Amino acid sequence: MKYVDEFRDQALARNLAASLLAEADTARRYHFMEFCGGHTHALARHGVLDLLPPNLRMIHGPGCPVCVLPVGRIDMALQLALQRGVLLCTYGDVMRVPASAGLSLQRAKARGADIRMVYSPADALHLARAHPTREVVFLAIGFETTTPPSALVLRQAARAGISNFSLLCNHVLTPPAITHILQSPEAAQYGRLPLDGFVGPAHVSIVIGSAPYEPFARAWHKPVVISGFEPLDLMQSILMLLRQVNDGRAEVENQFTRAVQRYGNATAQAVVAEVFEMRDSFEWRGLGEVPHSALQIRPAFAAFDAERRFDLRYQPVADHKQCDCGAILRGVKQPTDCKLFATVCTPENPLGSCMVSSEGSCAAHYSYGRFRDAVVI
Amino acid sequence: MCLALPARIVERLGDEQAVVDLGGVRKQISVALVPEAQVGDYVIVHVGHALGLLDEAEALASLALFAELSRA
Amino acid sequence: MSPRLAYMKPLDLKSGRIDMNHGAGGRVGAQLVEELFVRAFDNPYLRQGNDAARLTVPQGMRLVMATDAHVISPLFFPGGDIGSLAVHGTVNDVAMLGAMPLYLSASFILEEGLPLAQLARIVESMAAAARHCGTPVVTGDTKVVERGKGDGVFISTTGLGLMPAQRDIGGANARPGDVLLLSGSIGEHGVAVLSQRESLQFDTEILSDSAPLHLLVAALLSALPEGAVRVLRDPTRGGLATTLNEIARQSAVGMLLDEAAIPVQPQVAAACEMLGLDPLYIANEGKLVAIVAAEAADTALSALRAHPLGVHAARIGVVQADPQRFVQMRTGVGGRRVVDWLSGEALPRIC
Repeated sequence: MKYVDEFRDQALARNLAASLLAEADTARRYHFMEFCGGHTHALARHGVLDLLPPNLRMIHGPGCPVCVLPVGRIDMALQLALQRGVLLCTYGDVMRVPASAGLSLQRAKARGADIRMVYSPADALHLARAHPTREVVFLAIGFETTTPPSALVLRQAARAGISNFSLLCNHVLTPPAITHILQSPEAAQYGRLPLDGFVGPAHVSIVIGSAPYEPFARAWHKPVVISGFEPLDLMQSILMLLRQVNDGRAEVENQFTRAVQRYGNATAQAVVAEVFEMRDSFEWRGLGEVPHSALQIRPAFAAFDAERRFDLRYQPVADHKQCDCGAILRGVKQPTDCKLFATVCTPENPLGSCMVSSEGSCAAHYSYGRFRDAVVI
Repeated sequence: MCLALPARIVERLGDEQAVVDLGGVRKQISVALVPEAQVGDYVIVHVGHALGLLDEAEALASLALFAELSRA
Repeated sequence: MSPRLAYMKPLDLKSGRIDMNHGAGGRVGAQLVEELFVRAFDNPYLRQGNDAARLTVPQGMRLVMATDAHVISPLFFPGGDIGSLAVHGTVNDVAMLGAMPLYLSASFILEEGLPLAQLARIVESMAAAARHCGTPVVTGDTKVVERGKGDGVFISTTGLGLMPAQRDIGGANARPGDVLLLSGSIGEHGVAVLSQRESLQFDTEILSDSAPLHLLVAALLSALPEGAVRVLRDPTRGGLATTLNEIARQSAVGMLLDEAAIPVQPQVAAACEMLGLDPLYIANEGKLVAIVAAEAADTALSALRAHPLGVHAARIGVVQADPQRFVQMRTGVGGRRVVDWLSGEALPRIC
């Protein structure tokens, strides 16, 4: 695969690993957060964590839309599918997430709910056209990467006058989440954040550009390096962060120059702005209420807003009392610090947001990194 | 959080659609968000939509950076 | 003068469908069995017309038996169909103990409304596969369920085979130091089937690798002293990762794989990347894992590669001592990770 395989070259990885080791100041520790769940998954899947210097730790941020999707929002989707007879379309990622009453979308499907997995929101609209007598609802999740396709499809539905299609909107935003991590009052509760810099998301940045990260660098004096998705990209980006910290700089640098520009994709931003507007506040699983961090559908498109169309009310559902996700998401604790990790909380039986999808901190560690916890005899 | 891949446009279709090729696998996707994309261009594809163009010169520049020796 | 048999209109294979009469045990059902199944599978055992088959077991041999049910949808996919899959799957299960498969039984659960044309195609494919394997279907059964209670057709096959009495090949035999061999590239069957799913439409030329492996196994075993091959297993549902984890648990060992050595066809790799799936967890239906004594590894690899079904055989790792029974892997970029059990169904991701 062109522009993928070259970015996984072992010899180049060795070279980058050597540079990282040579330039890491042994007198200090480095803590970098990769915000994006996809990056977490890439680091784990390719075993990159093994190639980093021992005094450099990666903290896995909350950039996983499945992980931060509150149980109460999945309950809304379940209500539509089980009680209102809706044809519910969803990405595969959400299918197995446990919600209330021992249900998940997959279990609801086993009980007869009409739940279909789709690869694209366009597939959901296609289903609405194919079944004009059914109500079709698309469960929309995702950060800024996934939002423009949702917006496009809503606009198409409006222009075509489709009357049986709506979207249950759970789109969330990256910069507010980063701000929240840096400044939330809970941070004081958990302890001073040992964060030296951020690896910025790859594909979110294609859409929003590199400019939105500049306030963090300025206000909190934390470097941000926007990284491509492949293991070599990640290693290069971590090296760039290391250099910034060593030099005392705090800038926004773009490592993903082949795809990211400063102002992002204007076409995509425009269609999102046309269809969506900011919510005052939105609950993020593991983080609590975060102001101005999520999107809702504009009044002009109200007919396509499943929340309005079906008069849905949100009921928050609390996580297990001993779940440490809040601290783990902020980098204050590690998965192995949580009493529930790998005891009752496993990928098969996830109790909190960090275990719920393969990108969550705990799931990634459980699936790919657990062997490191094994006691060496 | 976003699985997206670089794929080459092999055919432009009507209605803002295109066929892309990744490693020999072909799929029809939407190019509505990257209207300037042409046959032969590489685009980054996510959930059946192109999100942006891939700059091949920058890709080569990145690869060259990986090969640089340490500054230490 | 022999009594005239009641006239029955021949089966309408072109546009007829299965209905509840076919499962009632009467003349209509008997006709289905005669004109479709017995005619296709034709062998001396079936021709006897009994509900069971008399088989002979030579002295000094042990019987090996395996059973498999097939519920795949779609019924027809690039590179195969449920019929040939049902034959190959069971033949392979028998072969994985080092036995030569000899006989098959087949039971069919048919859904009311299934077009006879489709059933005929499936049965012909099964018969051809059984002939090719030298494993006649010597006994069978059919039942019909109401429309909506079956996915077209479910097929269950049981296979019997024979092996030398002293042979001991099994999942508990792996020992530290043993070498892991894989007979060819992974992920093809699963991707071929996925490419047919409505909502995931993509164009690929990937064919299911569904194939009988008993002759590949025979070639491998005849090239090595008895006991050199510790474990044989075909990585079907759950893929290579699941199979290796099963063996690691059974044998109470760990493993270390080399990602760069595991063969994956470029199109399979690309399709998996697109969907966010890992080829290690995708089903195969024509590949095997062989765990052999270290000193026999080179000979074993040559024996596999000399056979048409093993030309891309590769050495993919080693067995190591590990009380945690982890299957670890050196990744393509030189890092290390665990290759864990599959957690439930492998679903395409967007994240």
